[in-house]
Amino acid sequence: MSAAAIPYTVEPRPDTGLNNVKIGIWLFLASEVMLFGALFAGYILLRVGDPGFGHGSEELSIPMAFVNTLVLITSSVTMVMAWASCMRRDLGKFKLYMGLTVALGGCFMVIKYFEYTAKFHHGIFPSTSTFMAIYFTLTGLHAAHVLAGMIVNGYFWLPGAKMWETNWQQFTNRVETSGLFWHFVDLVWIFLFPVLYLLPVPYAHP
Amino acid sequence: MSDAHAHAHEIDVDHHVRIYMRVFAALAVLTVITVAVAYLHLTTAAAVALALFIATIKGSLVACYFMHLISEKKLIYVVMVVTVLFFFFELLIPTISESINIHAR
Amino acid sequence: MSEHDHAAPEHAAHEHHEELSFWRKYVFSTDHKMIGIQYSVTGLLFLFFGFCLMMLMRWQLAYPNQPLPFLGWLFGEDRMPGGIMLPEFYNQLGAMHGTIMVFLGVVPLAVGGFGNFVVPLQIGAPDMAFPRLNMLSYQCYFVGGVVMLSSFFVPQGAAQSGWTSYPPLAEVNPFWGQTFWLVGMLFLIFSSLLGAVNFITTIIQLRAEGLTFFRLPVFVWAQFVTAFLLLLAFPPLQAAGVFQLMDMVADTSFFMPEGLVVSGQLASGEGAARAGGGSPILWQHLFWFLAHPEVYVLILPGLGIVAEIVANNTRKPLWGYKPIVYSLLALGFLSFIVWAHHMFLTGMGSTMSAFFQTTTMIISIPSVVILTALILSLWGGSIRFTVPMLFALAFLPMFGIGGLTGLPLGLTAPDIHLHDTYYVIGHFHYVVAPGTLFALFAGIYYWYPKATGRRMSTLLGHLHFWPSLVFMNGIFFPMLIQGLAGMQRRLADGGASYGHSQEVIWLHQVISFSAWGLALAQLPFVVNFFASLRSPKTAGENPWHATTIEWAAPSPPPHGNFATVPAAYRDPYEYSVPGEAEDYLPQFRPAEGAAAPAAVPA
Repeated sequence: MSAAAIPYTVEPRPDTGLNNVKIGIWLFLASEVMLFGALFAGYILLRVGDPGFGHGSEELSIPMAFVNTLVLITSSVTMVMAWASCMRRDLGKFKLYMGLTVALGGCFMVIKYFEYTAKFHHGIFPSTSTFMAIYFTLTGLHAAHVLAGMIVNGYFWLPGAKMWETNWQQFTNRVETSGLFWHFVDLVWIFLFPVLYLLPVPYAHP
Repeated sequence: MSDAHAHAHEIDVDHHVRIYMRVFAALAVLTVITVAVAYLHLTTAAAVALALFIATIKGSLVACYFMHLISEKKLIYVVMVVTVLFFFFELLIPTISESINIHAR
Repeated sequence: MSEHDHAAPEHAAHEHHEELSFWRKYVFSTDHKMIGIQYSVTGLLFLFFGFCLMMLMRWQLAYPNQPLPFLGWLFGEDRMPGGIMLPEFYNQLGAMHGTIMVFLGVVPLAVGGFGNFVVPLQIGAPDMAFPRLNMLSYQCYFVGGVVMLSSFFVPQGAAQSGWTSYPPLAEVNPFWGQTFWLVGMLFLIFSSLLGAVNFITTIIQLRAEGLTFFRLPVFVWAQFVTAFLLLLAFPPLQAAGVFQLMDMVADTSFFMPEGLVVSGQLASGEGAARAGGGSPILWQHLFWFLAHPEVYVLILPGLGIVAEIVANNTRKPLWGYKPIVYSLLALGFLSFIVWAHHMFLTGMGSTMSAFFQTTTMIISIPSVVILTALILSLWGGSIRFTVPMLFALAFLPMFGIGGLTGLPLGLTAPDIHLHDTYYVIGHFHYVVAPGTLFALFAGIYYWYPKATGRRMSTLLGHLHFWPSLVFMNGIFFPMLIQGLAGMQRRLADGGASYGHSQEVIWLHQVISFSAWGLALAQLPFVVNFFASLRSPKTAGENPWHATTIEWAAPSPPPHGNFATVPAAYRDPYEYSVPGEAEDYLPQFRPAEGAAAPAAVPA
């Protein structure tokens, strides 16, 4: 069945002012808010409840995470510029910015890889402490979302860009939608970074 | 529809791009501030409050301007407000109930 | 269910119709009706399987610690040495019965099946908002189901710690079964999330012209609220599932406390395999944050179905449409803030307990409003005792008993006595079994003509209904009595080793025989379902003389659903309108002399 048969896939519905995809992605993001909320709830409860939660944050590399924060923020800018280029009907600029977004996402993943392997090299694993458990799980799930976003963006950068020719409006909407997901992933990291890396230790060293 | 609409959007887009750049700058500065205040030797409570406060500002900038939430339709607001309400409930109740417990012991 | 049946000469919705291959039409379909049928058939099969698990348990409970003939041979020496059921095997049956019934049976049938098939038709849409996402949802559900079923065949068998999977017990043993359970849940939850996005978007965006929110059938409202529950409540269980999976495979201690000793050995703490320091309570909070809204997911679609059938078979509008709608919304909202009434005995403290007791008492109000409205809807009605109506009528007192028996559980003081007893099992099964399941049967009998173009046999319907009603009560009422006597749940010997259970132990046999009777009572239904598929297609578009938009479509509806795009001209239950020739005035029939329908307002 062709997409045109389903109303408001591209055109906004008059009374809601929205098209289906925009609503869909915000609903999905709402569920993601609840997902990360539960993960943070776990962090809070373990931090408050476990005397051994301790000095894990001191073993994390603040410089690497600081760089990663800037990487993601920049990638959010390039993402929104990619959408703006779509709106300006500038395919060249779109390709540039979208490519940069994917590359910056890759940069994030590479830094994360080095972070993780450095830990493993020092014999620090998720099982080492509850702090490390929540650290690896939180950042790992976040990284999985970064990867998912990279795949979707990569699709729009290369093979998916064909839709530019056939249905420019729908393509632009899709880029905006993917952007919303990407910004959300950035937003999560904005909270993850200080919480995991920067908050002081709740208890003294054993 | 397309051309007139696209033209109208082009005007908007330039304005949006200027805002994006300003937000980018603000986010970069706030990130530096986030790291800097971590070395201030505050009490745990103050450090947590400050870190979350700055993060909330940064998050709001991303949500409002990159995600266009500031000019979004009412329906989206309603969904997100309800979600955020449940988010706080989910976030805090387990710990509140546990800390009541811990104090009771 | 043949897609060849293009009853209408014109197709407003699409320009071309190529013949789809078998795979594209029946297996990889993006059509909401086919996906609805896939969900329904798969869901019914899982319900049957879960029922079989329960019948095995009932045999053990009726004759505890005795060799059970034939089963010993069937399950082998590993599970039933000498024909006597091992407690570990009993626990597998129990944990998987719950998991399968809730996550693989009822919700997929009620939401995935009925929701997918009926909602787009009832709002006058050609399909769901995201057809390919819909297909993906079903496929994730299917994979999750396969993973769950295969957990029976891994070393040490399936998960054994209840559908609630509380750590530390769940994480201690068995490794493979519990891990498979967690992976299965991840797929099932993802499936539900995608489905929820689809339902909400569809209901908001694809309503026909003139179909304002307050003209929606109650069934659509129920599915709308249900979708929000799934969307916002499932992610915490997803998170908790990831945490427990990490505990299983990465030896983390999210839920494993310091100093836990299992079988004389330190399982978590200094020097043990796990570091310790985790919180078993964290799992309970995250689990019940989902699982309480989940029980409303279990009941809401059923309430919606009953509302439709009651209106149709009383030939009058529903009493209290707006109170029902507001109550559904209130129920949805409140269901997020009552969860810890499942945790009264965890030592939360009186402040927290008092808070959750209060919210739990408050949430009973909208439930009562809805039930009262449905009962009042019968007053002055011209009741037609069709088979769907029999099930819908039975639903009302059964749901009433289920709801009322929940009250002592929601109050902290009596819950001290009743928690984890058979009373709880009796309570929730009253709501889900003669409650939701009866509503779902009602829905099958009601919409079968729309889906297939054929009518089911009324005689077989009666043969299905009456014994089912009797046996449902034969199973679950004694459980209330057993629970009040203090008999605990999840005991492989049914409480035989406890003194306080002895007086009520004999009821196990009453229950078990009722269970097997209930099984036999389903045979007329199975025969009816399949035999009716071969009868001639005589149902027509609107055999029940109903008013909602799905009855404007051909039976079965073709791809795209409607010959011409429908619109809504009035409220959904205009029955017995004074001055009208017939006793029903469909929502989709234009008013006399009217030009265009009302424009789509906010």
